Amino acid sequence: MITFTSFPSTPAGEYDAVGHHHETDNEMEVDLDDDDLSSDGLRLTLPGDYLTSSQAFMRGHGTYVHEDQVVASVAGTVERVNKLITVRAIRTRYNPEVGDLVVGRITEVQPRRWKVDANSRQDAVLMLSSVNLPGGVQRRKLESDELQMRNFFEEGDLLVAEVQAFFSDGAMSLHTRSLKYGKLRNGQLVIIPPILVRRLKSHFITLPCGVDLILGLNGYIWVSRHIKASDQAGEEGFDAEAVYSNQNDDIDEPTRGAIARVANIIHVLAAHFVPLTDTILLEAYEWSVEQEEAHKGLFQEDIAEALVASLHSRS
Amino acid sequence: MGSRVEILNEGGFRSDGRRQYELREVTIDLSQQGQADGAAVITHGLTRVMVSVFGPREAKSRSQTIHDRANINVEVAISPFSAGERRKRSRGDKRILEMAATIKSTFEPVVQTTLYPRSQIDIFVQVLQQDGGLLQACINATTLALVNAGIPLLDFVCAVSGGVSSTSPMLDLTLLEENDLPNLTVAVMPKTGKSTLVTMETRLHVDRFEEIFKLVCSASQALHQEMKDAVRLRTMSLVTAMGTVQSNVGGDTMMDES
Repeated sequence: MITFTSFPSTPAGEYDAVGHHHETDNEMEVDLDDDDLSSDGLRLTLPGDYLTSSQAFMRGHGTYVHEDQVVASVAGTVERVNKLITVRAIRTRYNPEVGDLVVGRITEVQPRRWKVDANSRQDAVLMLSSVNLPGGVQRRKLESDELQMRNFFEEGDLLVAEVQAFFSDGAMSLHTRSLKYGKLRNGQLVIIPPILVRRLKSHFITLPCGVDLILGLNGYIWVSRHIKASDQAGEEGFDAEAVYSNQNDDIDEPTRGAIARVANIIHVLAAHFVPLTDTILLEAYEWSVEQEEAHKGLFQEDIAEALVASLHSRS
Repeated sequence: MGSRVEILNEGGFRSDGRRQYELREVTIDLSQQGQADGAAVITHGLTRVMVSVFGPREAKSRSQTIHDRANINVEVAISPFSAGERRKRSRGDKRILEMAATIKSTFEPVVQTTLYPRSQIDIFVQVLQQDGGLLQACINATTLALVNAGIPLLDFVCAVSGGVSSTSPMLDLTLLEENDLPNLTVAVMPKTGKSTLVTMETRLHVDRFEEIFKLVCSASQALHQEMKDAVRLRTMSLVTAMGTVQSNVGGDTMMDES
């Protein structure tokens, strides 16, 4: 396949060209002066590709400057905003932004803070002061709270939270100061590449099959039993028992089936690199219910491909 | 030179039918492997190496965190069935540790570790088959896995081995040739032509060194093309997979505000 054609009686001068190879190897250079770049965003680069001159453009994420040239450092698509050139890697860890909704898992309990694994480059920090404490939303945190932190969150607990701020070293700080956020139970975690979760109007999705979804922007997705809005604790009735409970409710057979089916669908879609939205999930769910055999074999290659193909045909 | 096999016969062919400057067939598989952030399987002829990259992620222990850059952690495992003779090597084997250290020092100047302070990048190398050129396969697979994981690199790193049989230099040695010939492995960043690794475990005449070194450097350009094509194909397929269904996503849809 790859034959390295010999240099029969190569003149010595031929070798010298190697050192300056980049000067001749410019066929990959992306012509950023054309306006067609911004629209489709389908310009692919690889690490080491020259993008443009650093005199005329600013370098953004995924690039670096070498000898007055902006050079890509990741494989992905080039994006340009005015004079700023960035390369967005196609597969990467989660890049947090303030206000993002994330699902995470407690890895460590430290003095006055929890460490949370949220698929980012460092563990996130959840301060004791940024969680809802039992006995009212507005309350001073006491020393007794510090002593019983494990009653709120323990190692291994899953939670949904919002990115609040960043520390100087880039680690993110989370908060759960809302009744929507907090500990997760009655469901199952599915992990997919973060790029497949798009920013939506709401990341809390309820499917008609009695399944609630929390699409964490970090690629962690929580699939759980539907909780009726009336059952959720009201503003005044912040129920610490229920919010920090470790006990799962009883879930009936059809709901378990629906949760498992939704989780499997998400796995299949992620394997085929399909971005997730509620409409796609719903269509996929309907399709899998129609196809009786798919109940058992969603993970079989042909059925999975048929599912993805059916989504393509509907779009 | 106790070998009964002719390394280079009169017709200019090597024991596996290649010519002097011919590389072995290269295949690259960049598909997802388990929960790894990036993975790659590369084969050079009969040598096959799989690399999984995790990270950048929280460092396992506090002693491993570096406050201004990411720590690169390389672990090499050689499968007992990978060589002709079945042999189990422990993780503490000096040769394996040396190889891990070599891979680490090869990539430290290439990976932009300063972007990820206090994190750790884990590189797990699994050797599946070996037939010479083990280090070059490990380095090439690691490059591809890092690119696949979206970790910023200054450039690709392409490694090729070379040796010399009496006076004729040759590329990409098999195990048979490696045992008989003085050889070296060079890792090159092809865009700038800088090399991040030159290693030699045998004695090589100093007059031959420059010739082989330059030959190996130009061979890495051919390998670079091959690796670029594989990565571009993979990136393109992922981008198109995301794009095809995306078209009907554009409009916003009903969503339960709970």
